Amino acid sequence: MKTFRLGGIHPKENKITASVPFKYVPIPSEVIIPLDQHIGAPAVPCVAVGDKVKAGQTIGNPGGFVSAAVHSSVSGTVKKIENVRDAWGVLHNCVIITVEGDDWMENIDKSDTLITECKLEAKEILDKITASGIVGLGGACFPTQVKLMPPKDAKIDTLIVNAVECEPYLTHNHRLMLEKGNEVIVGVKIILKALGINKAIIGVENNKKDAIEHLKSLLPKYNTDGVQISVEALKMKYPQGGEKQLIHALTGRVVRSGAIPAATGVVVQNVATVFAVYEAVQKNKPIMEIALTVSGKKVANPGNFILRIGTPLADAVAMAGGIPDGTGKLICGGPMMGRSMISVNTPANKRTSAVVMLDEKESVRGKETNCMRCGKCVEACPMGLEPYLLSKMSKLKMYDEAEAHAIFDCIECGCCAFSCPSNRPLLDYVRLGKAQVMAIMKNRNNK
Amino acid sequence: MTVLYSILILTVIGLVSAVLLYVLLQKFKVEEDPRIDQVQEVLPGANCGGCGSAGCRNFAERCVKATSLEGLSCPVGGAETMKKVGAILGMEAAESTPMVAVVKCQTVCNDRPTSNKYDGSMNCRISQTLYSGESTCPYSCLGFGDCVEACQFGAISINYETGSVVVDADKCTGCASCVKACPKHIIELRKKWPKNRQIYVKCTNEDKGAIARKDCPNACIGCGKCAKVCQFEAITITNNLAHIDTMKCRLCRKCVSECPTGAIVVENFPPLKTKEDEK
Repeated sequence: MKTFRLGGIHPKENKITASVPFKYVPIPSEVIIPLDQHIGAPAVPCVAVGDKVKAGQTIGNPGGFVSAAVHSSVSGTVKKIENVRDAWGVLHNCVIITVEGDDWMENIDKSDTLITECKLEAKEILDKITASGIVGLGGACFPTQVKLMPPKDAKIDTLIVNAVECEPYLTHNHRLMLEKGNEVIVGVKIILKALGINKAIIGVENNKKDAIEHLKSLLPKYNTDGVQISVEALKMKYPQGGEKQLIHALTGRVVRSGAIPAATGVVVQNVATVFAVYEAVQKNKPIMEIALTVSGKKVANPGNFILRIGTPLADAVAMAGGIPDGTGKLICGGPMMGRSMISVNTPANKRTSAVVMLDEKESVRGKETNCMRCGKCVEACPMGLEPYLLSKMSKLKMYDEAEAHAIFDCIECGCCAFSCPSNRPLLDYVRLGKAQVMAIMKNRNNK
Repeated sequence: MTVLYSILILTVIGLVSAVLLYVLLQKFKVEEDPRIDQVQEVLPGANCGGCGSAGCRNFAERCVKATSLEGLSCPVGGAETMKKVGAILGMEAAESTPMVAVVKCQTVCNDRPTSNKYDGSMNCRISQTLYSGESTCPYSCLGFGDCVEACQFGAISINYETGSVVVDADKCTGCASCVKACPKHIIELRKKWPKNRQIYVKCTNEDKGAIARKDCPNACIGCGKCAKVCQFEAITITNNLAHIDTMKCRLCRKCVSECPTGAIVVENFPPLKTKEDEK
C-alpha cells in the first residue's frame, strides 16, 4: 500500500463517529456570517442593514483575485454588519442576519435528485465556482477557482481528490463519501472538465474500507469517454492529508521547496470541496452548509452534523449531548492541527471541520524539559526539516538562519511536538518564526 | 644553509605580499568621510534601532549625509549627544523631546476574570495567537515579558506579585524596542516630565463601555468625562477609548478625579491637597 516517504506519525485514530449518519442542525434564530472565511482579501459586503436576504443570496463579493464570495445561509433581515470576535479572540467583519422562514433563491435546486450530465464549458464551470464562493474545505480555505486556474507553464495531468482525513476523531469526509458517493464522483468529473484533463485519483486512507469499496463499486458507471477515475487505498500515517505528502504518496512526485503543487502537474482538491463543486454547478447552490464532526471520548451522542454557516457551534454540540463534565479543552478542527477555543458560542464558518472535546487528562501539556538531541522530531518531520533547530532559531530571533533552513516549508502539522519526549513546544516557536520570516520575505519582495 | 634558505624565501614572500597588499589597498581604497567615525564615537553604541536606523554606524552615516539634523535624533543619548553630533558636523541639533515608555494596562491579574487557562510557551506572541491571552479582556497585557526581553537597558521588569509590568523611567531611554515587541500594542512612548511624573489612560480596551467594564474593573469605558473637563483639549475619545495627547497635556490632574473607573493614572505626584487639608 502506498504512503509518503519522509517522517510521519501514528496518533490514535479515535474515529468513534464513523458509523453515525449526518444529522441536520435546526436553523437558529440568528446567524453570524464572517466576510473573511478564506485565505486572501476579505469579501466586500453588498447588502446593507435592513435588507431582506434569501438563502443563497450573495452578501459579499470577492475583494480581489485571491478571494471568495460569501452567501447568506438563511433567509431574513440583515440586522448588523460589525466586527465580531471569533473563538480565538480575533475580530472579523461579520454580517448578522435575523432568520425569517426558510426562503431560498429561485434558481437553487433543493431536491436530492442526482444530475450526472454537465454540458457546461470549462469557462462556465469556473464562473459558477467563483460565483458560489467555493474554497478548499480541507481547512486552508484557499479559493478553489484560483487553484483550478494553474499557471500557464504548468502542465496539469492529474487531479488528486484528498479524502484521506488523517486527523484523529474526524469522520465527516468519510460519511460524505458513503452518503453522497455519486455526487462526489460527478463533482470529480466536473473538475476534470474544468481542468481539461481526464485522470483523477481519489486517495483514501485504509481505515475507511467501506468508503473505498462503495466508491469502487460506483466508478465503472462514470469511467466513460476516456475519463479515468480511480480510488487508491493508502497506508495510514499522519499527515497524509497534507497536499505535498498526498502528491508524493499517490504519484511519487516531489513538490520542491517554495514551489506550488501545480508545478508537478497535479491539482489537489478536498473531497468536501468536490461535493461543493457538484452542488454549485449542478444545483446552483453556493456554500451555505458545512459538515462537521462533534466528537470526544466522553461525549454522549457524538456524531456528524450538517449546519448552516453562521450557526453557533453550541447548537451542534447540544445535539451531541452537550459538553461533558471534566472537559479540559474544546478544539475547533482535529486534535492535531485544530486550535482550542474559548467557547462554543461562536459561529460555524467554512473553516470549521469539527469540534473535539478532550477531557482534562488528555488536554494538559506535559512539563517542558531540556532537549536531549534525540532527533525524534527530525525523524517525524514530513517535510525533512529540523524542528529542534528551527524552534531554537526562532526563539533567539535568528530569522536569516531560519530562512536558510527553510522554515517556510513547515506545514504546521505538529508531528515534531507530538513526538518530542521532552514535551518541548517546538511547533509554537516554529510557527512564530515562520510568521516572522514570511513577513520579512514579503517585505523584501515588495522593495 | 637550509635555515638560511627558508628565512630568505619567507622574507621574499613576505615582501612581495606586502607590496601586493599595498598596491591593492591603494587601488581599491574606499573613500569614507572621516566624520562618520567621529560621529559614531559620540553615539552611545547601544545599536537599539530606536532612531529608525539599523544601528549606530548607520545612524552616523545618515547624520553625515543629511543636510540638516531635523528629524534625526538619538533617543538613548538625547539632546546632549545630538549637540555633540551637531558640533562635529557644524549643524544645529534639532530640539527633541525626551520620551519614556508607559505600559497602558493595569494588569492586576487577580482582579480580572479569566476565560481560559493557557499552558503553552511562555511567550507573548505565541500566547496572543490563542484567544488573545488568558483574561477576558482581549486588549490586556499577557505578562510573559516579551518587552522585558526586548529592553537592552534593563528598564522593564515584571512584578510577579501583582503581575504588572513596571517601567523604570530613569533607565528608560525611549528607544521604542518594547513598543515594537509588544504584540498587544499597549506600550506607548510619552513625554518625559521632571521627577518622572506622568498622567495617562492606563487602558487600551476599545470595546463598548459595558463590555469593557465586564472584562476589567479599571477599563476605560469611553464615557468622555475626562475630555469635557480638560482645558487644553488634550483628551480625545476614539473607538470608546480616551487618549491623552502627551504633547498637549499640562499635568493639571483634573481628569484623574473625573474618571469613574480609575483608568487614568498618575505617577510620582505628591498627594492632591483636599479642601480639608487647606483648612
